[in-house]
Amino acid sequence: MKLIFEKSVSGRRSFEIPVSDVGIKSEIAAKYLRQESAPLPEVTELEVVRHYTQLSRRNYCIDTNFYPLGSCTMKYNPKFTEKVAAFAGMADLHPLLPQLRRGETLAQGALEVLYEMEKILCEITGMDHYTMQPLAGAHGELTGVMMMAAYHKAKGNNKKYILVPDSAHGTNPATAAIAGYEIITIPSNDKGVMDLVQLKANLSPEVAGLMITNPNTVGIFDSDIDQIAQMVHSVDGLMYYDGANLNAILGRCRPGDMGFDVMHLNVHKTFSTPHGGGGPGAGPVGVNKKLAKYLPISRVVKRDDGVFALDYDYPDSIGYVASLYGNFALLLRAYAYILILGKEGLIEASNHAVLNANYLMAKLKKNFDLPFDRICMHEVVLSASRQAARGVHAIDIAKYLIDQNVHPPTVYFPLTVKEAIMIEPTENESKQTLDEFIALMLEADKLSQSDPESFHSFPKTMPVSRPDEVKAARELNTNYFQRLSSSSAKKVKETVSF
Amino acid sequence: MNPYIANTESEIQKMLSAVGAKSIDDLFVDIKPAQRPKSFDLPTGKSEMEVVEHIRRLSAKNRNDLILFIGGGYYDHYVPAAVSALISRAEFYTAYTPYQPECSQGTLQALYEYQSSICGLTGMEVANASIYDGGTALYEAVMMAIRITGRKRIIMDGGVSPIYRTILRTYTSNLDIEFVEAPVAHGQADRAEIAKQLDDKTAAVILQNPNFFGTIDDHADIMSQAHKKGILVIASVYPIALALLKTPGEMGADIVTGEGQSLGLSLNFGGPYLGFMATRKEFIRKMPGRIVAETTDAAGRRCFVNTLQAREQHIRREKATSNICTNVSLCAVQASMFMTLLGKQGLRQLAQLNLDKAEYCRQLLEKIPGVKVKRSNPTFNEFTVHLNKDASKVIEDMIAKGFAAGFPLGRYYKGMENYMIVAVTEKRTREEIELYAKSLNEVLNS
Repeated sequence: MKLIFEKSVSGRRSFEIPVSDVGIKSEIAAKYLRQESAPLPEVTELEVVRHYTQLSRRNYCIDTNFYPLGSCTMKYNPKFTEKVAAFAGMADLHPLLPQLRRGETLAQGALEVLYEMEKILCEITGMDHYTMQPLAGAHGELTGVMMMAAYHKAKGNNKKYILVPDSAHGTNPATAAIAGYEIITIPSNDKGVMDLVQLKANLSPEVAGLMITNPNTVGIFDSDIDQIAQMVHSVDGLMYYDGANLNAILGRCRPGDMGFDVMHLNVHKTFSTPHGGGGPGAGPVGVNKKLAKYLPISRVVKRDDGVFALDYDYPDSIGYVASLYGNFALLLRAYAYILILGKEGLIEASNHAVLNANYLMAKLKKNFDLPFDRICMHEVVLSASRQAARGVHAIDIAKYLIDQNVHPPTVYFPLTVKEAIMIEPTENESKQTLDEFIALMLEADKLSQSDPESFHSFPKTMPVSRPDEVKAARELNTNYFQRLSSSSAKKVKETVSF
Repeated sequence: MNPYIANTESEIQKMLSAVGAKSIDDLFVDIKPAQRPKSFDLPTGKSEMEVVEHIRRLSAKNRNDLILFIGGGYYDHYVPAAVSALISRAEFYTAYTPYQPECSQGTLQALYEYQSSICGLTGMEVANASIYDGGTALYEAVMMAIRITGRKRIIMDGGVSPIYRTILRTYTSNLDIEFVEAPVAHGQADRAEIAKQLDDKTAAVILQNPNFFGTIDDHADIMSQAHKKGILVIASVYPIALALLKTPGEMGADIVTGEGQSLGLSLNFGGPYLGFMATRKEFIRKMPGRIVAETTDAAGRRCFVNTLQAREQHIRREKATSNICTNVSLCAVQASMFMTLLGKQGLRQLAQLNLDKAEYCRQLLEKIPGVKVKRSNPTFNEFTVHLNKDASKVIEDMIAKGFAAGFPLGRYYKGMENYMIVAVTEKRTREEIELYAKSLNEVLNS
């Protein structure tokens, strides 16, 4: 498909800018001006609409395809949340209004949403306070680890290390490193959970804390979590809960009760805000009383007169982690979603997420290796080792599924499982959808025996087949206008439209 | 009740029997009784209609009816209907990160075009596919400059958004980084003050254009001085203004970041917004965040993929360039739609209209007794005024007249209690501007 720049025709117009009604034309001295206009496209509105509509048809999404992408919780995004986020009182509200003198009165509805969200998330997760500022899960992790650092600094603790299980999301070690810590990786045992002997061996007074997901990334709930928390606390380490897998345990247990001191959650996972092709997300961070005074400012408070206000008066706060109050429009969607579900609906979400995953496991475990043959939580991790021995790898099965109109599960993660295929069906999918998926997986297994070679040409039904990633990294054509100036420009063949 | 659950009671039984469990509770056997919640006291679920009405009532408590002359980095621009319609396509907003490129070409190509337009606008060679917002993008730029230079000292011009400067201090409190602030002189970067600070331990100088006071500058001289000492220059910019202004690329900047909210995103009470980031080609491997590249498939057809993933946390773990995972892909695509729709001529005209309206407003305000417009260099769509009264109080009085009259500089700058910054976008009509000036006159002089 052509790039929008290749559809551009000099002089063509689209959106009409209103004629000025102020009757003056202001000029800036030439030395402050750019030499040439920015090389943006010149196309009509119809061309823009067709271009993006055609692009949109080249995407799989939840609304068109089963999307069991493990660890990402691709649940259905109810349409009404788009509607409430678009209310003008919310969408057109300037963020600096409550920073004006008595300005809190100008944003009472929005501040109430943030205040109520904090209360609700505290109850769901068993924490004492929340900040809504972090703009994504990984951003929440950084906020949490910075608060841990502030805690240790205030106590005069000399801490150097953060412990991370080998099955952790990559963001955990990356975050701890960026916050100034060294990483110690703790291996899992043969049951898929943390090896307590290894944990003990690596504990020392220099350990600042442990970052862990529970259920972990192989979809298993670690029952030893109380003991792990005790061990970490015994060296005045802090327990960080990565809330990526919270969708498995709503109403069944709470990080706060399990002994965690600080956690983030991903509203785009558990609370169904749209993933947006890779964000925006939102990553609120909860803490217990130990860390409360380090929370970022501003905080939303309810004054005695019932008015919601921003409060900056927390001398021990780590400061601002984002410019404003978080990704408000997403927090609003999550708030609306939680209100619809209510207590019972949240519990049902986890019940069905876990039932669906276990059903898939039961039906697939004969044909695919199961690294840990035990009840799983909201996702199941299989291994394609048996198929790989026939020359069909996890990635090949993923590409096969694309041709069957299914978005592939996560592959090659977690790193602790060879040829991992990580399937997270979510609670929204029906038995019929799961049965169709099971049939496809079994068919893939069969085909891996009868015709393993055939996999290498998948996918065949998409506008493009497998991209040359080596070439992408070698040529680094990341900007149309740079490409024009490089010699490789002419070699690119136009995509054949379908 | 959860209205989005599919399975019926009889299906649940069939599934449980396939699993070999008697009840759903059996599946939670790994959670021990002692680990059950101490409390889970939440309201019962409501119907969609009830929730929509509840939020409609909350929405009505917000004063989005005020006529906005407040900016401070977030601007009240018009969002064309085509942008709203296209970004509402579920194929964009209900997809996730394009891990499987063959069924994600829509997002990938849109991001490649976004990167190209950001490069075109900033005059830089490469851009990433977004960072969370303008403030966090600046933080990532600082970390990138430290990685490139191996130095740990940062000079911040006082004209850089005070909100951003506060963020930078938060992030680096546990790291051994020295921040030096160079105070502004007459609302613009103080050359002598910055020159004094440039030394061979400095990683980067941060400049903003137009700066927080609205002042336009040509920072080329500062940049070339910095480069002589091996210091990188980070430029924080306002994308609408760039349609007219000398680009950071032309001035010689090394890393460019900015807040992209103005490019077709709603104000949304603070987010989601768009942090953009661009740099020179030589630094691409040091740049954080996702980067989309063009390549070909086996049949030689053009296609797009995430590239240089070995910089990222999911591969590199603790050695990654950043911990960023999810970015703000949808906001980047939305900004790209906006830039595409306005196009080469349209974006220029939009910038010119902002400039003209702000100029008209400035001229009216200058005639009001008690108002002094502070300006040495030219300004774009925001400018600083000095009032004969406390600006916070004046702004509060203006709210009663229906205006968010500006942002009081005293909130972030000690000693500037009588100053405010006033923003005028294309949405402000002549009538509104005249009524604003009239109201301000009443507040100040009656």
